[in-house]
Amino acid sequence: MSPGLLIVLALLLPTIAILFIVLSKRRPNLREAFTLLFASVLFVVVCTMVPRVIDGDRPSIVLGEVMSGLIIAFEVEPLGMLFALIASSLWIVSTVYSIGYMRGNSEPRQTPFYVCFAMSIGSTMGIAFAGNLFTLFLFYEVLTLSTYPLVAHKGNDEARAGGRTYLGVLLFTSVVFLLPALVVTYSITGTLEFQPGGIIDADNGPVLIGMLSVLFIYGIGKAAIMPAHKWLPAAMVAPAPVSALLHAVAVVKAGVFSVVKVIVYIFGIDVFGIFSSTDWVSYVAGFTVLAASIIALGQDNLKRRLAYSTVSQLAYVVLAAAMATPLAIMGAALHIVSHAFGKITLFFAAGSIYTAAHKTEICQLNGIGWRMPITMSAFAIGAFSMIGLPPTVGFLGKWYILSAAITANDYLVLFVIFSSTLLNTAYFVPIVYSAFMRAEDVIPEHDHGEAPWPVVLALSFTASASLVLFFFPDVPLTLAKQLAWG
Amino acid sequence: MFEQYPVIVVMAPLLAAALCAVVRNERWCWILALSVSFTSLVGALSMLGYIDGEAGFISYALGGWIPPYGIEYRVDTLAVYILILVSFLATGVLFYGRQSVRAEIPENLQGWYYCMYLLCLCGLMGIAITGDAFNAFVFMEISSLSMYVLIALGRDRKALAAAYQYLIMGTVGATMYVIGVGLLYTVTGTLNLVDMGERLNPIMDTRAALAGMAFIIVGLSLKLALFPMHLWLPNAYAFAPSVTTAFLSATATKVSIYLLLRYLYSVFGFDFVANHSPVPAVMLVLSLLAIFVGSFTAIFQENVKRMLAYSSVAQIGYITLGIALANGAGLVGGLVHVFNHALMKGALFMLVGGIAFQIGTVRIEDMAGIGRKMPLTMLGFVTGALCMLGVPGTVGFVGKWYLAVGAIQNGWWWLVALIMISSLLVLVYMGRVVEIAYFRERPRGAVELSEPPKAMIVTSWVFILACIYFGIDTSFTLDTAESAVEILLAPKP
Repeated sequence: MSPGLLIVLALLLPTIAILFIVLSKRRPNLREAFTLLFASVLFVVVCTMVPRVIDGDRPSIVLGEVMSGLIIAFEVEPLGMLFALIASSLWIVSTVYSIGYMRGNSEPRQTPFYVCFAMSIGSTMGIAFAGNLFTLFLFYEVLTLSTYPLVAHKGNDEARAGGRTYLGVLLFTSVVFLLPALVVTYSITGTLEFQPGGIIDADNGPVLIGMLSVLFIYGIGKAAIMPAHKWLPAAMVAPAPVSALLHAVAVVKAGVFSVVKVIVYIFGIDVFGIFSSTDWVSYVAGFTVLAASIIALGQDNLKRRLAYSTVSQLAYVVLAAAMATPLAIMGAALHIVSHAFGKITLFFAAGSIYTAAHKTEICQLNGIGWRMPITMSAFAIGAFSMIGLPPTVGFLGKWYILSAAITANDYLVLFVIFSSTLLNTAYFVPIVYSAFMRAEDVIPEHDHGEAPWPVVLALSFTASASLVLFFFPDVPLTLAKQLAWG
Repeated sequence: MFEQYPVIVVMAPLLAAALCAVVRNERWCWILALSVSFTSLVGALSMLGYIDGEAGFISYALGGWIPPYGIEYRVDTLAVYILILVSFLATGVLFYGRQSVRAEIPENLQGWYYCMYLLCLCGLMGIAITGDAFNAFVFMEISSLSMYVLIALGRDRKALAAAYQYLIMGTVGATMYVIGVGLLYTVTGTLNLVDMGERLNPIMDTRAALAGMAFIIVGLSLKLALFPMHLWLPNAYAFAPSVTTAFLSATATKVSIYLLLRYLYSVFGFDFVANHSPVPAVMLVLSLLAIFVGSFTAIFQENVKRMLAYSSVAQIGYITLGIALANGAGLVGGLVHVFNHALMKGALFMLVGGIAFQIGTVRIEDMAGIGRKMPLTMLGFVTGALCMLGVPGTVGFVGKWYLAVGAIQNGWWWLVALIMISSLLVLVYMGRVVEIAYFRERPRGAVELSEPPKAMIVTSWVFILACIYFGIDTSFTLDTAESAVEILLAPKP
């Protein structure tokens, strides 16, 4: 099959899945079977593109021109390939997880849930394969809109308030900053295409480029750079599978992915690095890393602590990308991968605890490790990956970011990474410690064990993936190298 | 036959209106009205093809009196763009609205309703097609007078007051317009718009010409509901029958905007208006006020039709913003938004009409929980809301993009920010309705609901899908708007 058609297929599969999900809404088993089937086919389709991209091929397709200069086009480049691989593989895993979670908690309105979920994955594919800023923007907005019903899923006041914040912040930033950024970029360059080396000329001067960097970095609200991070803790009212796949992987990664793409393919790392007017990005990202970690320390709600940890980890990627050296870009790409597998494991574990024990606060977790050994071991692996300890994949990303900082003699970045590693340790290790080493405060009324088996299966899989990728990182490494050095 | 098209698209509704007054049977009147508006649509579309191929415009001498002495019907790209818009919406709304008319209009008046509808269509088509200043006034009166009746037929007694208010304001506007035309006639001695433009060129800075221009601009601004002359609009939209609102919102103000553009650029001249007159500055202030005041007021409405009406005030602000920008991109943005806004507001009012048909009221509070009872209607409403918000891939995005590009061409960065911020207000007021419809439970004991009749749903959805289609394939709207702007900005001989 021609590579262009593969891209279209990757975009269409989630859409067709929606149709089948709706048609089989009265038969839950069939409905979930369809989701699984389409998720698997999507993963296969994405996988078939990998060898081509590694060989230096860039599959692309142009679907049409909306207005002069605004073209709907797709091109698979290394970073997009990586992102699509992560999202499509984790869609399968989190569908398995959802089956256990949604039924275990007898959540209402499951059909709309699976529909919106598929739509979110479809738009994530669109973001990953977007060949220009306009296409990226289009799917970026669709992703925001299709995840809103998932955030407000419970329908109570808290969920609606969370949904409002979520939609409000993400739409506000994208409309007030990102869209003008597109208009300005188009006005000065006449194109919005992603091109190796960037499209913005250094002749535009430090003021304009600095201003554009503000518009882009804050326009991409999904990257959750402070103070545009508020939507992420608000989104934690969603069911656990949503927090896991969307707010640890698809949505937030779409944010940092877009930031990296803009810096590499719109500004170009050379232009972005020349002027001191873009230095503010490092400062703000560094601040976000530390501030979010400190806030995470103070959160007792497990999901909220994970959310602030995500804010902090996303800022790592932006920090690395803002260094604008090939080594740092490589670190950013790898960190996207490692954080995806680590954080989804942590959220899966949080959801598993909620399903089995109905516990949401960290102070309730004393001794739970012996009741739910698999869940908490997976949690520990995820936590180690966040801290960056070998043999977890989290080590790789941090390693490259650190080497980039040392090569560039960037003491700010070094300081931020070292102190945040300490903070990560401080807010994750106590959870693992008390889960295994402390005695239970109250013996629960119902003697619970692990969550339903699909939940456990899913989180064991992602935890093992965090380990396996440390030993076999060939595919992500190759793609990241191609991204950084062309 | 073909050379008679310009007159047919106007005369057919007029004659059919007279026929309706005689027949008065609801069914036959509806069939007649529908087929006549469809004929007009076909006529307008075929003229588009002719213009594209030939000299750029069709000139039709009414009664054989050659222009500039007789009345000239002049069809260029801009005119045909408006003709298509009006006849398309008229056809769609008629197809949509038979059940709604039967439910909302007293039985003995239904025939008259279609009669008035056709008269109004005749007037609106006439304004778009005529090349004569006074003839435009006549058509304006035909459309306005019939529109007053169409509004006054609303179920709510407040519809009478709303129609009266519109009557007063509309008449003031029309009077202003005709005074302006009189002044221009005294200095040029002609009523033909092209001729008038040529003669005005050397004497544009005389006091009489300026006064004429001022009267015409104010008069038309009243008609097109430019802030702060919009006071008639919210009540008229809110209390009129659903079908009237859908038709009125999509066409009446748009045609007045068309006439204003004609005067500003074809008669007074782009160079004079843009560079030697305060029009862009005044339009800028008023448009921004319209956008922000209109949107803010919409947030606090209890009645969904009134809410959409205030949203129209704001959207008209976007269109006139194109005039304020006074450059190519800005004007294209404004002009393309004329078409796009007609589509999306028409669709939204149709959906609201369907909701009113089922639940009997238009209060936002009463829409609680209908998201699950009327999934198609509400899904359409959400899509329409996204169009209003200007999400890429919908019609709302196209105009906004061009306005932003136009603002940057003028170096007005702050305006880009304002345009973007203003679109978020749409999120606030539309979001409120969507939240109530989806997340609030239907009160206990409320009547069972289902989707409105098929014709209503299908037509509304055709318009909603058109909003998506024209947001992705913009070739028709943008090409037409671009060549229309070319005509408007062409230097006068």
